Amino acid sequence: MSARDEILGRVRAALADVSPAVSVPAAPRVPDRGDLAALFVERVEDYRAVVTRCTADELAGVVAGVLGGASSVVPPALGLDVPGAVVDDGLTSAELDRVDAVVTRARVGIAETGTIVLDHAPDQGRRAISLVPDLHVCIVAADQVVADVPDAIAVLDPARPLTWISGPSATSDIELDRVEGVHGPRTLHVVLVG
Amino acid sequence: MSGTFVGMPAFPTAAREALGDTQLRRNLAHATHTIRDKRARVVAEVEDWEDLRLSGAGVKEAALRDLATHLETLEASLVRAGATVHWARDAEEACAIVASVARSHGADEVVKVKSMATQEIGLNEALEAEGIAAWETDLAELIVQLGEDLPSHILVPAIHRNRAEIREIFMRRMADVGRAAPDDLTDEPAVLAGAAREHLREKFLRARVAVSGANFAVADTGTLVVVESEGNGRMCLTLPDVLVSVVGIEKVVATWSDLDPMLRLLPRSSTGERMNPYTSTWSGVTPGDGPQEVHVVLLDNGRTRALADDVGRQALRCIRCSACLNVCPVYERVGGHAYGSVYPGPIGAILNPLLRGVSDEQTASLPYASSLCGACFEVCPVRIDIPSVLVDQRAAVVDSHRGDRVPKAEAVAMRAAAWTFSDSRRLRWAERASGLAGRVIGRFSRTSLPGGRPAAGRLPGPAACWTGARDLPAPPAESFREWWDRTDGGRDGGGS
Repeated sequence: MSARDEILGRVRAALADVSPAVSVPAAPRVPDRGDLAALFVERVEDYRAVVTRCTADELAGVVAGVLGGASSVVPPALGLDVPGAVVDDGLTSAELDRVDAVVTRARVGIAETGTIVLDHAPDQGRRAISLVPDLHVCIVAADQVVADVPDAIAVLDPARPLTWISGPSATSDIELDRVEGVHGPRTLHVVLVG
Repeated sequence: MSGTFVGMPAFPTAAREALGDTQLRRNLAHATHTIRDKRARVVAEVEDWEDLRLSGAGVKEAALRDLATHLETLEASLVRAGATVHWARDAEEACAIVASVARSHGADEVVKVKSMATQEIGLNEALEAEGIAAWETDLAELIVQLGEDLPSHILVPAIHRNRAEIREIFMRRMADVGRAAPDDLTDEPAVLAGAAREHLREKFLRARVAVSGANFAVADTGTLVVVESEGNGRMCLTLPDVLVSVVGIEKVVATWSDLDPMLRLLPRSSTGERMNPYTSTWSGVTPGDGPQEVHVVLLDNGRTRALADDVGRQALRCIRCSACLNVCPVYERVGGHAYGSVYPGPIGAILNPLLRGVSDEQTASLPYASSLCGACFEVCPVRIDIPSVLVDQRAAVVDSHRGDRVPKAEAVAMRAAAWTFSDSRRLRWAERASGLAGRVIGRFSRTSLPGGRPAAGRLPGPAACWTGARDLPAPPAESFREWWDRTDGGRDGGGS
């Protein structure tokens, strides 16, 4: 018998007397948090990420200021002119490792948890580009910010790869002392537009 | 490279040794208290935490109760998304599948995301035997692996090590397996993490095959979820050409929206954060992004055994958050190694016997490694009633000895008690004997209990273990029935 059939057979035998009907209690909704953008900023900063708020007109200037001349890579459809940036066309991991920064957009921001979610559409690029460079500048539109995890789950497409980011890379493995910056970007700079 | 738990002594022996290690107890007390306080703070922020727990428990319980259907759905959606699905009855079969994938790409090394399932099956040792090096990339796992040590906590496997010990391990061992630690390495956590970053980055950039586990597997979309902090998970899941994920069959949830309560419960319960720094989800292969060959190994290895236990089945809801370890008074004092398994603490004390049975002495000792205080149930985000399962597993251990040719002292004592209590004359005779013993102990006892009642010291024979850690009150000099006879139930005024 194949391992598949044997395991499924064992599962069915183990549950022979068990009724599958269990009603799952609905997860509670979060109370109204008021100004989501303000909560989002507060919670993202709580993760020791840097947040800048600006208007759409100021965006290009803000991003250039954050980069401050660092070498950068951008996804093919960022929709923003970043002077000197390399447009990713399938750079190797080693090539990405020599780039200082990356600028991407995001799909959703979650106010309650201070999280940004990338679904790696063409304005956000492949997963690797927002991972290997040490500085991640992530542009989030204020109207992309939702209240909490269930709202994010509802708008995200599970068929796409997703990366949920809450602050810079961090570890607490040494005496539970939190240290920012292990393998992912050591600095996360979120630019909230609008 | 790292050690294995095979041949570990039973819990009481291992615990006694751990209790004597003052450094270990200091490291543990600091760590468990820190993480406990963090968790309490962020859980208190959530108004309907109890409702969220009920929902999380419901999601997992519903998935388990119809597991065969969900596994078939998961397999179909994974295949549709471009993944190759394998099934593994046991550890050996799972390790062989991973090794054959690595070999088919001519890989002599793999990078690994921290995964309880791959630790459980001893994957690193199995790959090493095939000439394939498995590099752990989680900082704590790296510390354990380089130290040729064993993990002692589900979430922070090197919780038993302090910064000075970690620095020493990095200085001594890093150069043997890759980029050496810098000469000026200090014991600052940020500096140590920096050394790990440099050491591992060369491995991430050259690795062609990665191995992961999964925190959740969504049946209807074929989506796997990995929750982490450091970004080593993202490195492994994204940069190599080939990804193999070893997933316990109990990790399945039915639908995409079922992830909602789980992703709210897990980070707050485990690291005490509103959300962990990185969560990655993927469904099979995404053209042009990430690994272009994706394998999923669905692992049984005792899970169907646990599933058949109608009390213990709920242990399969476990999402490996480790909250139960951090509040357990037993774990806090003895640490994880004493449990002799990759699953330590209260959850390990039920999960190991459920997965493996209680036929060996080490596993059979685990249901007793608890004071049944109930703190573990209170913090469990999926409401596993660990104390009830512990009691039930103790019964299973006792049952397993019923047919023994040489009965245990406890069984002999219980049989003698049954014989005595079943006959009033025998009971009267036993009471006289115990009254006599009580008078003797009362006269010679050097210890007394609060209230002044004399206590027996350490008794000889089979009772020695029990009385070695407890004060046994001296039996009363006069039994209730003797008192009744003497005073006619107190009416003669002789009561006291």
